[in-house]
Amino acid sequence: MFKLIPRENVSPVLSLLGPLFSIGFTMFVGGILFYFLGVDPFAAIKMIFWDPLMSETFSTYSIPQIFIKGAPLILIALGLSVGFKANVWNIGAEGQYIMGAIFGASFALSLYPLESFFIFPTMVLMGILGGSLWSMIPALLKVKFNVNEILVSLMLVYVAEQLLALASLGFLRNPDGAGFPGSRNLSLYSSASNSELIMGTGIHLGVLLSLLMVVFFYVLLFRHSLGFKIKLLGNSPKASGFSGDNPNKLIFLCLTLSGSLAGLAGIMEVAGPAGQINIDFNVGYGFTAIIVAFLGRLNPIGIFFAGIVMALTYVGGELTQFMLNLPAAAIQVFQGMLLFFLLSFDLFVHYKIKLKGKK
Amino acid sequence: MKRVIKFLSASFIFAVMVLNANLAISADYKVGFIYIGPPGDHGWNYQHDVGRKAVDEAFGGKVETVFQENVPESADAERVMTQMALAGADMIFATSFGYMDPVINVAKKFPKVKFEHATGYKTADNVSTYSARFYEGRSVVGHIAGKMTKSNTIGYVASFPIPEVVRGINSAYLAAKKANPNVEFKVIWIFTWYDPAKEADAAKTLISQGADVILQHVDSSAIMTVAEEAGVYAFGQASDMSAFGPNAHLTAIINGWAPYYVEKVKQGMAGTWKGGEQTFDGIGAGMVIIGDLNDKIPASVKKEAMAIRDGIAAGTLHSFTGPINKQDGSPWLKAGETADVGTLLGMNFYVEGIEGDIPK
Repeated sequence: MFKLIPRENVSPVLSLLGPLFSIGFTMFVGGILFYFLGVDPFAAIKMIFWDPLMSETFSTYSIPQIFIKGAPLILIALGLSVGFKANVWNIGAEGQYIMGAIFGASFALSLYPLESFFIFPTMVLMGILGGSLWSMIPALLKVKFNVNEILVSLMLVYVAEQLLALASLGFLRNPDGAGFPGSRNLSLYSSASNSELIMGTGIHLGVLLSLLMVVFFYVLLFRHSLGFKIKLLGNSPKASGFSGDNPNKLIFLCLTLSGSLAGLAGIMEVAGPAGQINIDFNVGYGFTAIIVAFLGRLNPIGIFFAGIVMALTYVGGELTQFMLNLPAAAIQVFQGMLLFFLLSFDLFVHYKIKLKGKK
Repeated sequence: MKRVIKFLSASFIFAVMVLNANLAISADYKVGFIYIGPPGDHGWNYQHDVGRKAVDEAFGGKVETVFQENVPESADAERVMTQMALAGADMIFATSFGYMDPVINVAKKFPKVKFEHATGYKTADNVSTYSARFYEGRSVVGHIAGKMTKSNTIGYVASFPIPEVVRGINSAYLAAKKANPNVEFKVIWIFTWYDPAKEADAAKTLISQGADVILQHVDSSAIMTVAEEAGVYAFGQASDMSAFGPNAHLTAIINGWAPYYVEKVKQGMAGTWKGGEQTFDGIGAGMVIIGDLNDKIPASVKKEAMAIRDGIAAGTLHSFTGPINKQDGSPWLKAGETADVGTLLGMNFYVEGIEGDIPK
């Protein structure tokens, strides 16, 4: 029928327009979906993208909430983007996020009720360590035995979820919790609490770090030779080898870096907004961050905006659910469409379609 | 160019003004519900939604209810409840155990909003809790199970080793043992409330171990489907599940939240609602309902089951009446003594006769 031919010159403008296009198209198709669900599409789209930012009733609360919800997405997506640039596919950030939380929380809770200044920073480091150790498993298997890192990292998410259940029911279970699952609440343990930095907003250290990391990754990717090496590995592994880089070292670095960031996001979340280790602690940030990374064009600044847009769809999506009775699944479809349309737009940016005539 | 900018900024300001009409729920009294799963689960969430609809009907247009499904037991719950309170909710029902700390946090920020939290144990000036004595229903189904089993092996698919679930196993076991002294219980813990695949696997394992009656303390209808295929019996959990196994479904323990929800909303509107209360109601108050009995149950057993139900409702019968020993043989209740609420709420031991250990 038809054939895809790579374009010789890919328009940089079109490539940048992709995310905007996909947001617009998602609004359009999402609106049609909402219409068929019996909800006024204009009211719903307005409530997702506008009301959390502008409505008098909600905005004072929801603007900081967007940054809080966006922080783990941005942190994880930044780490993932480095790997994705180098063609290293860490799909298991969700597991590394969980392990970061378990490592950090275990450390802090093992010292409970000791109050000391060193607990919080060490706990954060333990969180980073937890995430990076978990990502080292696919990294080592990839480097030593050339095992596919996509499969290993993804499967390890399910292992991490089981460990999370084990921790909530077993070794981290709150001894004063009447036998119910779940650890002590870290927000009630002042030495380990990732408490709010600005009173009444809920903005915590993780939000600040997510902004700092955007700058750090920008410098790393665009102003440092390492960024060049990573891109070279992704574009042409052979050239990377000829230039004297050790691809294995770079692969290892990319995976552990993304694991560390996911672990950092995990410990920030468990000590802050979530408060405790529990069976349902993870809510899919590690997977959603993949969408955020691509929506942000694997560019740190793009990822920042993509994270904010994605957080907006969560916070605004919740409003539409109880204000307009939209089912939760409709919002998930809406979020999924963002990536779907982005990828399809990219296809047309990078390829020409040639129709084959009948003979 | 200047003109274009002027036009754009003017239209932006105009848009802000038009779009910023104040958002709020409009009825006199607004009640929010948050659910851990979808109301279409035919189990736990479904019954809470039945209760919500009862509130809608009871007050006509004076009360408006809103709900949100699939709210994770994490920071998200806190945000959802805050947004509901900001939208003008006067009362919020948080219908899962894991919402406990979020409820307490949000309640602090909105002292005028009344919070009702299901199955938790933390209260505040504007937070009350409610839970049902499901174990009373387990006495009825335990009796039926003891009478209906031919292999004398009863399977039990359990979720988490928390007091509520342990209490249910003990209650069902005591009733089954009384009905049939040869009965044996096999318990499988699956560490989830809702996972149809895991629930079905557990049921299949129990059936292959000889169980011909399956009890469940998990939420989906998967076990009923498996039981129907295998030709064994099972009981509906939270809702009537006979549609999933017309032959297998002996009866169901149905959660009846509607009277409680209507009453609490009425109190809230009248200003008589009180925080810090801990409601723990059972068959008598209509919070636990025994569903229709399958005709496969012999008439004599039906009669005995109804006698147990009515005795518990009237308060003449208690699921935990001594003499009862703990699993290790140490005495728990003396002859004629009944269990106190404190022990029931913190129950972390099996009664004598149940094999195996509670996972730690």
